[in-house]
Amino acid sequence: MTKTILEMRGITKTFPGVKALSDVNLDVREAEIHAIVGENGAGKSTLMKVLSGVYPVGSYDGKIIFQGEEQHFKTIADSEAKGIVIIHQELALVPLLSIAENIFLGNEQARAGIIDWDATRDGARKLLSMVGLSENPDTLVTNIGVGKQQLVEIAKALSKEVKLLILDEPTASLSEKDSAALLELLTEFRKQSITSILISHKLNEVSKVADRITVIRDGRTIETMNKDQISEDRIITSMVGRSLEDRYPARTPQIGETVFEVKNWTVYHSQHRDRKVISNIDLHVRQGEVVGIAGLMGSGRTEFAMSVFGRSYGQRISGEVLLHGKKVDVSTVEKAVARGIAYATEDRKTYGLNLIDHIKHNTTIANLKGIARIGVIDDLHEMDVANEYRTKTNIRSSSVYQVTGNLSGGNQQKVVLSKWLFANPDVLILDEPTRGIDVGAKYEIYTIIKNLAAQGKAVLVISSEMPELLGITDRLYVMNEGRIVGEMPTVEASQEKIMRAIVRAEGKAS
Amino acid sequence: MTTETALAGATATGEQPKMHQLTVWGALKANMRDYGLLAALILIMLTFQYFTDGVLFKPVNLTNIILQNSYIIVMALGMLLVIVAGHIDLSVGSVSGFVGALAAMLMVGWKFPPELAFLANPFVAGAICIVAGAAIGAAQGYLIAYYQIPAFIVTLAGMLIFKGLSLAILAGKSVGPFPAEFQLLSAGFIPDLIGPWTLIEKAEGVHPLVLHSTTLALGIVGVVIMVVMSVLGRRRRMARGYETEPFALFIAKNLIIAGLVLFFSYMLASYRGLPNVLVVMAVLIAVFVFVTKRMTFGRRIYALGGNLKAASLSGIKTERMTFYVFAIMGALAALAGMIYAARLNSATPKAGQGLELDVIAAVFIGGASALGGVGAVAGAVIGAFIMGVMNNGMSIMGVNIDWQQMIKGVVLLAAVFFDLYNKKRAG
Repeated sequence: MTKTILEMRGITKTFPGVKALSDVNLDVREAEIHAIVGENGAGKSTLMKVLSGVYPVGSYDGKIIFQGEEQHFKTIADSEAKGIVIIHQELALVPLLSIAENIFLGNEQARAGIIDWDATRDGARKLLSMVGLSENPDTLVTNIGVGKQQLVEIAKALSKEVKLLILDEPTASLSEKDSAALLELLTEFRKQSITSILISHKLNEVSKVADRITVIRDGRTIETMNKDQISEDRIITSMVGRSLEDRYPARTPQIGETVFEVKNWTVYHSQHRDRKVISNIDLHVRQGEVVGIAGLMGSGRTEFAMSVFGRSYGQRISGEVLLHGKKVDVSTVEKAVARGIAYATEDRKTYGLNLIDHIKHNTTIANLKGIARIGVIDDLHEMDVANEYRTKTNIRSSSVYQVTGNLSGGNQQKVVLSKWLFANPDVLILDEPTRGIDVGAKYEIYTIIKNLAAQGKAVLVISSEMPELLGITDRLYVMNEGRIVGEMPTVEASQEKIMRAIVRAEGKAS
Repeated sequence: MTTETALAGATATGEQPKMHQLTVWGALKANMRDYGLLAALILIMLTFQYFTDGVLFKPVNLTNIILQNSYIIVMALGMLLVIVAGHIDLSVGSVSGFVGALAAMLMVGWKFPPELAFLANPFVAGAICIVAGAAIGAAQGYLIAYYQIPAFIVTLAGMLIFKGLSLAILAGKSVGPFPAEFQLLSAGFIPDLIGPWTLIEKAEGVHPLVLHSTTLALGIVGVVIMVVMSVLGRRRRMARGYETEPFALFIAKNLIIAGLVLFFSYMLASYRGLPNVLVVMAVLIAVFVFVTKRMTFGRRIYALGGNLKAASLSGIKTERMTFYVFAIMGALAALAGMIYAARLNSATPKAGQGLELDVIAAVFIGGASALGGVGAVAGAVIGAFIMGVMNNGMSIMGVNIDWQQMIKGVVLLAAVFFDLYNKKRAG
């Protein structure tokens, strides 16, 4: 039996009016991968903030025992000094500094304030090889992909002699391939007796790598499962408190005429004039149809969608967009929206919401004409609209005056969807509509998509989660390196088939 | 719309939105910032009333406070939009000085040939000045919006350029006096159409008290309109089942505001009545409140200040909005420059210098966020008055200018500090 490295006993944390954690217990053993799962807002992040000292001792009740000693962390620096390092969902790297500079940020290889660049580069190279990243340490962080940035974060953690590594949703923005590599890395660390806590929504990953899983629901520990007890169904049951027989709502598609068509669409990179990002894409979506675009991260799906939506991405764009068989001008977002196209972004915090404003204003912002006459807003009508869509998309909030920055990921996504539903488009492009949101909220999003199709909208879903695409779409396109490399009806599709299409295309390309 | 029925499936598990009446304390807390600011202004006024031995509230002094701060308030309205949009305008002081100089040259300095003499007409010259201000703002806005040059840099350059230009066109001298019609902008009062109302006759040993009855009547009409509108608005909201503030608070709020308006109109009436410039200001304030609270134009500015990328992906033409905001700022700086020049009755090369800092301070004291997306017209106006009352009160008390500057700096810092502190505590 291995030793316990971390024990959290009876942790209770209250915010004004809300009990975020009540009597939570957590045991983490040395050199294990311990997963914490729970719906959004269940209290996972709060628990980790208590552990890392973001919420200082005294602001919560309960005990933290790390390596046999009771700890009283007042700041993050205190917990880091003991070897507890958190890697947050939102990466904390400085984009315009090099990889090496980022790794040693705040921990510079210096003597008397003068940086030793050779030691910095050598150290960085050693750490990078530990995480399996072969990049020049002088490369700027902004020039490498998200997956690699995640590895840089981990290398940075390793530079601090980490004993307990906490990863908050590390694979949320990674492709399947990068995710697999990252999880592989965790098992590698386990061999070097580094303990990891993994917070994740992706149950398949968790059940693959975790030694034990603790489920948190509504601020309480529900259970801790050992490796032999782990099954996705059991996790889901204890996460939501009920069993979700079906993760996807059943629907009978009623497909009509072609509504949305893109022909011969080519886009060049927004900074590099000569780099083709999208080449000659043809695709179409019919009335009442849900069409998916599968592909790995970086395959150009978001770039494609944003370039169609008012040329929000790229340059030297060529090709045609047709709506109901007629060529339309979608050269600005305003025109695209007016013609009936909506694009819900993959990054709701940066591109989707005004986080300092409330639900009501966010709901109506893409269709102010719908609540105004000659530029004057009818405030009561706006109230009606906001309440109507809040009910329709089932946003959980105290009222429409809740600031969107305080909502959970799932509810934020519902606000983004409300915004586009109120704009009443014919075509909706949903980019990673369920990224970073919990199982229960996912089901609600799927229901909204189902109902949109039932109303005769054309829905295009971009997703990196293949099971999701297989569960909710009627037809699939597979995209790789800016090209469509496969198209299939969903009934004939499988994860293997999609992957094969991608691999075959890569074989051809090289 | 078919959306309604089709989406009902998603609500099956959801709770219905609750409508509830706010408690008095809850409503107070929700609007603490607005009430707090007004309370701070009143407190500051009462304090100075005490320290100036009652001079502050003398009718002549209250009129003075309005005249002294009118140009700051006019510019604060535009600066609020600029700051809410996430930018800053450092050029407004110099632009207002330049436009004042332009006004003086048009009306007094330049000798036009007879066929162009109409340019010297105060109304024509005034219109030219407003257009010139708007054009200056538009030019700066164009660079900021379409070339993405930071506003700080563009307007810093503008500040230097227009400081130099006003020196150049005035040839380093003061130019004045202005025609009488133009002076009325700052020095005039509305005519008493109803006729004076004598309360205390002039006699031995007693101060006469003659009221400017049109001013008083306007005050009463204003209060009646305000009360009727807020009662109708409340009824409309209640009829639709929306949250309203508690009745007691509603009554109290209306009584206090009505009382304040009546008090000030009485005070103004017992001096020389409503200053012309206050009419201009009141109209502008009303327009800006309406634009920011009720018009799509205003909503879009808040949206782009809150999250520029999200706004532009929602179909808002963010560049064009930024351009308009700076053009409006320029026009208001022009108006302020003319008010300032009319008040001094001459244009001087130094006019307007440093005003931008007072204007920006007023907007921040009023609760706007330096990051954009947050701020209110009422806050900016109250913020300007807080600065103005302090200037006035300290001058009457004979506080030295060095101390005045330091105290104003501390007040600015304290206001923003309290704001952030409250926000942090509220989570």
